[in-house]
Amino acid sequence: MTGSPRLLNDAASRWLLAGLGMLILVVPLLNLAVPETSPFHLSTYMVSLFGKYLCLALLALALDLVWGYAGILSLGHGAFFALGGYAMGMYLMRQIGSRGVYGNPLLPDFMVFLNWQELPWYWYGFDNFFFAALMVALVPGVLAFAFGWFAFRSRVTGVYLSIITQALTYALMLAFFRNDMGFGGNNGLTDFKELLGFSLTSAATKNGLFVGSGLALIAGFLLCRWVVVSRLGRVLVAVRDAESRTRFMGYRVEHYKLFVFVLSAMLAGIAGALYVPQVGIINPGEFAPLASIEVVVWVAVGGRGYLYGAIVGALLVNYAKTWFTGAFPEIWLFLLGGLFVVSTLFLPRGVVGLFGQRRQPPPSAATGGNN
Amino acid sequence: MKPLLLLLLALTTAGAAADSGTGVTMTADGVEARPVDELMLALGTASFRDKEALVIQLAASGDTRVPVLLQALLDGTLYSDATTGAIIATPADGAPVPLAGAAQADAPTAAPRTDDLRKITVNNSLRSQLRVLIAATQLQNPDPGVRRQAARTLTGNARTTLLPLLDRALAAETDAGARAALVTAQASLHLASPDPATRGAAVAALADTSDKAILTLLEQQAGTETDATVKAGLARAITDLRGREQRFAFVSDLFFGLSLGSVLLLAAVGLAITFGVMGVINMAHGEMIMLGAYTTYVVQLLMPSHIEYSLAVAVPAAFVVTALVGIAIERSVIRFLYGRPLETLLATFGISLVLQQLVRTIFSPLNKSVITPQWLSGSWEINGMLSLTYNRLYIILFALAVLASLITLLRKTPIGLEMRAVTQNRAMASSMGVRTGRVDALTFGLGSGIAGIAGVALSQLTNVGPNLGQSYIIDSFLVVVFGGVGNLLGTFVAAMSLGVVNKFAEPLVGAVLAKILILVFVILFIQRRPRGLFALKGRFVED
Repeated sequence: MTGSPRLLNDAASRWLLAGLGMLILVVPLLNLAVPETSPFHLSTYMVSLFGKYLCLALLALALDLVWGYAGILSLGHGAFFALGGYAMGMYLMRQIGSRGVYGNPLLPDFMVFLNWQELPWYWYGFDNFFFAALMVALVPGVLAFAFGWFAFRSRVTGVYLSIITQALTYALMLAFFRNDMGFGGNNGLTDFKELLGFSLTSAATKNGLFVGSGLALIAGFLLCRWVVVSRLGRVLVAVRDAESRTRFMGYRVEHYKLFVFVLSAMLAGIAGALYVPQVGIINPGEFAPLASIEVVVWVAVGGRGYLYGAIVGALLVNYAKTWFTGAFPEIWLFLLGGLFVVSTLFLPRGVVGLFGQRRQPPPSAATGGNN
Repeated sequence: MKPLLLLLLALTTAGAAADSGTGVTMTADGVEARPVDELMLALGTASFRDKEALVIQLAASGDTRVPVLLQALLDGTLYSDATTGAIIATPADGAPVPLAGAAQADAPTAAPRTDDLRKITVNNSLRSQLRVLIAATQLQNPDPGVRRQAARTLTGNARTTLLPLLDRALAAETDAGARAALVTAQASLHLASPDPATRGAAVAALADTSDKAILTLLEQQAGTETDATVKAGLARAITDLRGREQRFAFVSDLFFGLSLGSVLLLAAVGLAITFGVMGVINMAHGEMIMLGAYTTYVVQLLMPSHIEYSLAVAVPAAFVVTALVGIAIERSVIRFLYGRPLETLLATFGISLVLQQLVRTIFSPLNKSVITPQWLSGSWEINGMLSLTYNRLYIILFALAVLASLITLLRKTPIGLEMRAVTQNRAMASSMGVRTGRVDALTFGLGSGIAGIAGVALSQLTNVGPNLGQSYIIDSFLVVVFGGVGNLLGTFVAAMSLGVVNKFAEPLVGAVLAKILILVFVILFIQRRPRGLFALKGRFVED
């Protein structure tokens, strides 16, 4: 019963891993090795764009772990993503050093602008990459732990949980919009220069970040697979489908939920941390309830409760978003709204469910309910 | 400034001609003054300083031409004829009024040539002086409301030279409110009296008032007061007034909080039907509010000449429009998703995006201005420390009326009975012959329609734009969940308490932080009592 054979005993998962592996090999190759004149050349912009998609796919994967397997529909996963992003952004801000507009070696530009004299205590340590990397996972993890501790113990489930996760991210958004929070207020953190000494504008760094995001996604996928095929994963599915029954059988339901919620929040934080250097900015808009709920639609479109469905959904919907917001900006929201409706009414198993997944039973109709 | 004026006044009155014309009157010190005509004519050539003295004397004269003259001077429509020296007022809405001088004699025939007219200019200090004096002339106005307002304007602003005028007005005053206002104005002038006893009496009279301006006045007086007894009286009066100010500030905050709660109640009460009674998570609820607000906008576009009645039309119109949209949504999407709350949440969220974009496409993404009818603007001034704005007052009443009619509908009508039956036991209701599908659609339509009505009210308070609904959706859900799902009175209590708490927390921690704290509080509260403030009692099968 070792993990590895069961970990990859699913053909679709193997296909997905192979695809991702190909992607992180081919994209940098097309960008760096193929001359710019060739029709096969991929612009550096596209590399960053794909890198961004991979981060969002990791976020979707994290959400699918809690929603698809534990029945916790979090409408606030964007908050964990943004917190990870802010942790990375703080490190990148400190790396600017005296190259900012005001040339202050210690304080980021926005603090100088606000006439702050010294660095707030919670910014200490963020000049160290490893500390920042730790915080990327730790801060969302701790928040998720505190939140989940209260929520799951008092048996807040289903829609109630969804609404308070949404309120959570909304409250964080309001908080981060405040200038005196010390996170750059409305403008957020931006103007980054370099990561670990590599300039963020160079093509090599962008490719590196792309590969890093790809590897993180693969690692995240394997981790989630490992969780869901383990005994713990089976209990989670039991919780999803019949919470009370599982509790009556003697399982501490809240412990299982808390574990998977914290793990998922940490994955979301890592996704955010990889996302920020590639887009070059993090601002409170990432906390917006709409951003979080959009993640839900990626998972719903892709197919909930398969893990790879979330990744496929995130890539599909985001690619469509890029294309439509460029070509027909007015239509995009109609389309996104339509996707919500169509995927819930007609695609209960998502896009991947369309392709004969009869061997694996789909998630039951009850979603977060306890019947 | 004051002694200087007195000096000037003395100088001008000393040189006054003894013979009396038509408009001779008495000045403060009882010396016979120059005739009114002469004073008016002097305005044409006087310096700003002289003008101040002249207008004071004119105001004290009681001549019927003086109000017109002062108002024209303030508005900058008073002219003097360069050749004849005549004084002419040219109000914007009417023919020139000759007031004094040569022009007055042969007014009907000789209209003054415009090139000869020189505007009589005023400066800022003269302007504020004029406002006070105009108020002084209004003390004789037949309308007691105007007299009361005039006395209030004079309070603390008037010069002591106007005291005789106030005394005279007080002697003739019959209206109780105006009388009280006059007494206050008189006392405020007596504060400058050289006699400590008069000052002491004035302080005692002012201690009973409720006016911020008087508090400032007393505080200023406390700084310069020399007499010990008066000083002690002042200290007591200031403490009294400050205490009263605090109490009124509390009342005002409470009122504001209740009106905030009413907004929340209006936004949430429709949700209390769709979510609380039916169990449908309608994320498009905010968009129903938005549609209601846009209906108000369209109604006003359709009846531009009857804006005063537009809201009376908009309320039923918004109800019908949003109820129909709600029924359409229920029949086309939601009915396939009963029993799957999370799917409902996602689908209705999609609908909300579509509705927002639809409004953006039709009306543009910019905010639309909805006109506030006259009867909704302005405020009810209870006293100098407390005034309640009408729009907030009406919104409280409106929210209560909506809640009351909703409760009546659910409890006393056959359709309300069917709605409750279907939500309590669908299968049983169905077997008793209730057409559950129809009842579902109507209930959802009712909830949506009430959201539309809320939109009409909100259009009077906030900007009407495509994102109007979004800002209320999370608050609305919190109110419903906080109050206890399926309980309209709980929704009421939750909305009002959140509104009041928000208002009182605001000055302590700032508006944004207050909002965050309330969110956190409700999140924690829901975790303590997942079924809300007023959970329905009884045994439930979990979910």
